[in-house]
Amino acid sequence: MPFINKGFHAKRPTDGAHKLPPGQYETEDFPVLTAGPTPRIPLVNWEFRLEGLVENPAQWSWNEFNALPMQSFNPDIHCVTKWSKFDTKWRGVSLDTLLEHVQLKPEARFVMAFSYGGYTTNLPLADLRNGRAFIGLEYEGKPLAAEHGGPARLVVPHLYFWKSAKWVQGLRFMAENEPGFWEDNGYSMRGDPWKEERYRSDDADAPTDSASFRL
Amino acid sequence: MSRLLDWQLATVAAIRPETPRVHTFTLRLPQWTPHRAGQHYDLRLTAPDGYQAERSYSIASPPAQTGEIELTVELIADGEVSGYLFEGVAVGEQLEVRGPIGGYFVWPARSPEAPLLLVAGGSGVVPLMAMLRHRQRAGLRNPAVLLFSIRTPEEVIYQQELEALAAADSSFILLLSYTRQAPAGWAGYQRRLDAAMLAEAVAHLPGPPQCYVCGPTGLVERAATLLQAQGLPDEAIRTERFGPTG
Repeated sequence: MPFINKGFHAKRPTDGAHKLPPGQYETEDFPVLTAGPTPRIPLVNWEFRLEGLVENPAQWSWNEFNALPMQSFNPDIHCVTKWSKFDTKWRGVSLDTLLEHVQLKPEARFVMAFSYGGYTTNLPLADLRNGRAFIGLEYEGKPLAAEHGGPARLVVPHLYFWKSAKWVQGLRFMAENEPGFWEDNGYSMRGDPWKEERYRSDDADAPTDSASFRL
Repeated sequence: MSRLLDWQLATVAAIRPETPRVHTFTLRLPQWTPHRAGQHYDLRLTAPDGYQAERSYSIASPPAQTGEIELTVELIADGEVSGYLFEGVAVGEQLEVRGPIGGYFVWPARSPEAPLLLVAGGSGVVPLMAMLRHRQRAGLRNPAVLLFSIRTPEEVIYQQELEALAAADSSFILLLSYTRQAPAGWAGYQRRLDAAMLAEAVAHLPGPPQCYVCGPTGLVERAATLLQAQGLPDEAIRTERFGPTG
């Protein structure tokens, strides 16, 4: 018998066209969450790299990257701090497009996204394929603002939004799963909002002893 | 097998108004875990039809206050969770929570002797208050400054305790800035955070501080950028931002 808060009811039912993952609420704002100051990256110095377990590392300048085929994306996004935002409008380069430029080694199964400013986040490689992830360059028809991760941000909308690394500089392909910044601070290794994988202890393979769990 | 972040049923032991729109809820926990100053708990409400709403609230109490936590909650217009907490919850009732959560916006992170600069906007003061309370309860006397931006005198959360702390502890300096309306006869700051204000806050300290900035996005962006411009390294500036969460 689950606990019930007597007299509590939903105040903001959603329109039915969209579904909210458990524990989330809809916002029309675009809140900003960052652990430190916002990096400002001059476009002349910007570069994007695919490295690690690849036969041929790839690298693009800002102009080269913008010459890649772009697509529109309109995902719902979900932040671990409980807000969700429906129908966000982006343009960017699909990860499928980028992955055509490298030959991955067979043992590559995980990815560490790394950013200007030192942020990192880890993802299974499978979560970046089949149209499910892109590098966002425009938001709502304008260049992506620095506070939201511009000039370029990884966007993986089917996972909690901390996996969508702001100020992304590249992806490193790995054989084993390693924790990134928030993951090392106790957050989930996968971050599926529909399974409510917010914290490391929500993961199916979570360690149960405190010695191996640093929160 | 018990997991570390299981939901637990806390009992509301006290409710204290801090300002007209900010209340502190003292929750007694069956499974209390020592937290670090700056961490938060998640709170979950469940309706009879199974609908659930969750929010994160910063812990205001120090880890030395064992067996319970204090969560300071701001009432948000149309707030689903804060509205229920303010209207529907009385002392003795139960609330589901899990925590403590968050490993980066915590103090001390490195040396507890290092100078400490806390910058708060509105209810962003809550996790910084946990740091100040921990500092006091642990007997730490590192030089510390709290620069606290509020709109009006009615909005100063923890005012009496902060003023008493500043009066009793010469190593702690309290700087308030009223951005909309100051009390009668106020001689201190009456403007939004700016470069001169942050330079003065840093100058009160004997060396480069560890900085913790918490508040609305605009204030945090501005403060973090101005602290960078003071020559402080990025890793010395830790931020926590929030817009209103209902």
